[in-house]
Amino acid sequence: MRGLAGLYAQQFKTSLASMFQYRAALVIWLIGHVLDPVVYLAVWSAVSRSSGGSVGGFDAAQFAAYFIVLMLVNHVTYTWIMYEYEYRVRQGMLSFALLRPVHPIHADIADNVSSKVITLPLIIAAAAVLGLLFRPSFHLVPWALAASAPALMLAFIVRFLMEWTLALAAFWTTRVSAINQTYFIAMLFLSGQMAPLSLLPPALQKIAAVLPFRWTTSFPVELILGRLDYAAALQGLGMQAAWLVLCLFLLRLTWRAGVRVYSAVGA
Amino acid sequence: MSGATSIEVRDLRKTYVVSEREPGAMAALRSLVRRRTTEVPAVDGISFDLVAGEIVGFLGPNGAGKTTTLKMLSGLLHPSGGEVTVLGHVPSRREKAFLQQITLVMGQRNQLVWDIPAADSFELNRAIYRIPIADYRETLDELVAMLELEPLLKKPVRTLSLGERMKCEIAAALLHRPRVVFLDEPTIGLDVTMQRRLRAFIAEYNRRYGATVLLTSHYMADVEALCRRVLVIHHGRLLFDGELSALVQRFTTHKTIMVRLEDCTADLRSYGEVISCEEGLVTLRVPKAATARVTERLLADLPVIDLTVEDPPIEEAIERVFAQETL
Repeated sequence: MRGLAGLYAQQFKTSLASMFQYRAALVIWLIGHVLDPVVYLAVWSAVSRSSGGSVGGFDAAQFAAYFIVLMLVNHVTYTWIMYEYEYRVRQGMLSFALLRPVHPIHADIADNVSSKVITLPLIIAAAAVLGLLFRPSFHLVPWALAASAPALMLAFIVRFLMEWTLALAAFWTTRVSAINQTYFIAMLFLSGQMAPLSLLPPALQKIAAVLPFRWTTSFPVELILGRLDYAAALQGLGMQAAWLVLCLFLLRLTWRAGVRVYSAVGA
Repeated sequence: MSGATSIEVRDLRKTYVVSEREPGAMAALRSLVRRRTTEVPAVDGISFDLVAGEIVGFLGPNGAGKTTTLKMLSGLLHPSGGEVTVLGHVPSRREKAFLQQITLVMGQRNQLVWDIPAADSFELNRAIYRIPIADYRETLDELVAMLELEPLLKKPVRTLSLGERMKCEIAAALLHRPRVVFLDEPTIGLDVTMQRRLRAFIAEYNRRYGATVLLTSHYMADVEALCRRVLVIHHGRLLFDGELSALVQRFTTHKTIMVRLEDCTADLRSYGEVISCEEGLVTLRVPKAATARVTERLLADLPVIDLTVEDPPIEEAIERVFAQETL
């Protein structure tokens, strides 16, 4: 365990050093991440105003709160691993990872976390600016805020494991972009990124409650906004834990099968 | 040399399944329904042992199966048949204890992080291999001295020249002091000076740590300088396993005699095959058995200033090994 901590610390330093080489890319990344929620926010504010001030329990100020918090939560949980894996497999970079006496997921987690830490001040500043512009209203509930810490942590882990597992599709096919597209569309609709899930048709809401997407994104947002009661909060944490176990299991299975394929066809 | 076996290979095989189809749209449609595959044997039943501390050259043309074999030995590829053990481990299981003790350097690929100085990548490897700090410092100091890395350590890797980068790659691959080192074309693309320096380093590393080294190279100079023993592989089969000198003995039928004469007008065709004749230096190719006789006659008959007898270049011996296989 101590060795692993050392590895994380070192990988962390390496990723930081690498990232600072690309300050311009950081700014472009930030613009993308801020623009996304701003667009949805503008649309939904307009919709709520035109339909008498409120849609599905959200007025303009509540939409503002929702999308600003969503932006922060999304910042914590998102990964870019699905874009990277195809490149890695093609370039043979995976061979080096397989030669090392450490599971390659650790390097990816450390890399992800370190880049988040660097960009956190930027995204918080962006959230503050959006707050001034869109005047959100918050209804903060202390116990729910406390519960959102483990929820956020679980959301990050589940999403990471899920996307890392999906990224392994690169072992089987060179056309991973089709898989990525399907996934991102499901994510957009079912995680609450495009609209709060309570605005979806009831049938879709039921589906969203079972699939992992909500638990990686909108659940912590709803907790932070104080929109869930005890039962819903507990149930959510339970769903996250269940998905965590399932994803861990799938990841191990897929990784082993993937390495077998990789080492059969020529690494 | 301790005499302990460090690598054991028995009837090792690797067959790639390759899908193929005729060009054209119809063929593309047909291949949707039914994919035709062929099996390509890349490594076709080879066996050899390496003793701990040996440096062995692995020779063969492109596509002979060298890299495939190295990848099977380092655990990247699952063999289709046969058995391999390296330091008592089965490589394809990729056990930590195994990975801790080996390294594979591929001359055409990089493991160093592109944007940061090599020193930072070294630190990362220290953490990955869990090298105790004291050992790490010692090994790093030695590698820095042997490879003259000092001025390179703090520059971002992307700003290094190919040769400089290769030196750093090799250092990174050896920080954990692997007992078995696989080198796949470590000197490819490097200039002669850098090749020589790397060669000297590999010999030094082998001496100092008693590491077993298996190396492939297209540069015969690498092999001649480093390897007493060579394995020659072609079309996935092992054609020769033995001392380099024996390879030359066995597979060359001729020697080269170079004579410097005062007067170059003489016709030497009666002594042997004249390969070149420039500014008084004549190069003759003669059958091995006749070498002594021809030399004697040359010295007796002609105003010879200087005369040398050489084995033909090792490339020639190897070409003959390959030619033999096709008979």
